[in-house]
Amino acid sequence: MEIKKAAVAGTLESSDCMVTVEPGEGEITLDLDSAVIRQYGKQIRKVIGETLKRLDVTSAKVTVVDKGALDCTIKARVECAVYRSADVRDGLPWGGVIV
Amino acid sequence: MKNAVGREIPEEILKATGKEPFQGNNYKNGVPFRRQGPLIRPVMDNEHSKLVKDIHEALVKCHAHSGMTVSFHHHFREGDLIVCMVMKEIQKMGLKNITLAATSLGKAHDDLVPMIEDGTITRIEASGVRGKIGRAISEGKLKGLAIMRSHGGRVRSLVTGETKVDIAFIGAPTSDDYGNLRGIGGKTNCGVLSYSHVDGDCAEYVVAITDCLVPFPNFPAHISMTKVDYVCVVDAIGIPEKIATGAAKPTTDQRKLMMAEYCTQVVVNTPYFKDGFSYQTGVGGASIASTISLTRIMKERGIKMGFGVGGLTKPMCDLLDMGMVRVLLDTQAFDLDTVSNVINPAHHRITAGAYANPFNKGAFVNRLDYVILASLEVDVHFNCNVVVGSDGVITGAQGGHPDTAQGAKCTIVICPLLQGRIPAICSEVTTVTTPGESVDIVVTDYGVAVNPNRHDLLEALQKADCVPLKTIEELRDIAYSIVGEPEPVQFGDRIVGIIEARDGTIMDVVRQVKDPDPE
Repeated sequence: MEIKKAAVAGTLESSDCMVTVEPGEGEITLDLDSAVIRQYGKQIRKVIGETLKRLDVTSAKVTVVDKGALDCTIKARVECAVYRSADVRDGLPWGGVIV
Repeated sequence: MKNAVGREIPEEILKATGKEPFQGNNYKNGVPFRRQGPLIRPVMDNEHSKLVKDIHEALVKCHAHSGMTVSFHHHFREGDLIVCMVMKEIQKMGLKNITLAATSLGKAHDDLVPMIEDGTITRIEASGVRGKIGRAISEGKLKGLAIMRSHGGRVRSLVTGETKVDIAFIGAPTSDDYGNLRGIGGKTNCGVLSYSHVDGDCAEYVVAITDCLVPFPNFPAHISMTKVDYVCVVDAIGIPEKIATGAAKPTTDQRKLMMAEYCTQVVVNTPYFKDGFSYQTGVGGASIASTISLTRIMKERGIKMGFGVGGLTKPMCDLLDMGMVRVLLDTQAFDLDTVSNVINPAHHRITAGAYANPFNKGAFVNRLDYVILASLEVDVHFNCNVVVGSDGVITGAQGGHPDTAQGAKCTIVICPLLQGRIPAICSEVTTVTTPGESVDIVVTDYGVAVNPNRHDLLEALQKADCVPLKTIEELRDIAYSIVGEPEPVQFGDRIVGIIEARDGTIMDVVRQVKDPDPE
């Protein structure tokens, strides 16, 4: 999927995260700030990477500010930001790449 | 060398501190020691005045010098102005290498960080450290070691002479010109001066600082003129609204209410719940809710409490007013209702030593039936951590946690399974402050675990069928299934602090934090 414009999903509330995606330059760059980076930094990077891969995003600038969100929340926020950035609003692939 | 809670205590630290590794709760039971006393400068001249015009004059008269140890109490909590007032004068005088031996340090003391950076303060001894100082220590800015010890452990360290206080500064809500100090009255009322008694007994010089000078004699004195060298009057010793808050509103958080209900069920279904039982609890929402629901059952069954002790709150004072507890023993007033309740003749002030010192001939904590505590983390060995955050940064205080946990017959720790993404029930706590040997029951929102060493309590709760019982490993597994298993926090090599056990042995060490590896 192509990131056409900047889009945001999520909040800065506790146990949530705010995900911003912007058009990239041929690769994925991730800027991660997390309240639990010492304990869960690797896991959060892994979830973000897997989600982008599943959505077939290969070029994006991703910024995540995490306030201790669970993996399911991080995944949902990344998916939402990507679809918003691609202007997809209808016919979301529930049960498909959105697992 | 590994200590009794399985923590590696490096040789270099044992050597540098002259301490032993922790060997179990009763290692020093009955081992005699000689009590140490200060040098006293007698006052016989009836023309002698103890009044000094400012902190500077007090410091000069007390022969303040580089390398000395100064002490303070934390009864003014987040409203304390004394520590920074005195330390700024010490910094201005150019004194270095000061050991700051406070009963506790917190947000009110963020201004000390530059004094740590410039070498004015090079060692800290306290129950714990919150706020910016905790972070500064964890980042390795303090040149020497930070020693975290419990309230009882601090009294022990002064009476054994391990900590030699050169000058004790006692902030007093009221004082007369001869140094009779009271914790109640004045502009900056904190109710009690419990933590400072030992400083009055053991420091070489004792300076009272007050913002309310009253006519002689200020009586009955909580700390006597017989122990005070100088009296200094200043504009303000504290910010009253930050000392004690209004009573906490009963919580409406369903999770906390559920834990409170579990806790109450645990108390009323264990064998110590009978007329005359003794009890201590904390200030958290669940603890307060539990005291309230416990009161209801006490009334139903006609059971009264013998004594309530510790840092006190309004629900405990309500018990006294209702005639549901025979006496309250107060070491710290957490809210304004408690401060004003001190006038009740059955509400007694006690010293931190009488409360919790492991090295006297028996402290009140030894006579506790129940204590209800909180914890940042509890591990599958029932070890608790109340000082170091799960990210490795010093952020809390031992307080009376290890003292009461060892003393009480039934120690209950209330702890939500998860704090945000952080699992509070885990495989290994970041730092051990209270050994699992002291902890009997852990209450979480996902169930209650009983320490396998306490068959008696487990049987009683199984028979009562009153709470969902789990093993501590099951609770940890539930936590990890929700949030994932945390990676161990990466630390640097340098040891920045030690967690001292009640008896002065080393429970654990705290290492400098390292920035997580960027990927």
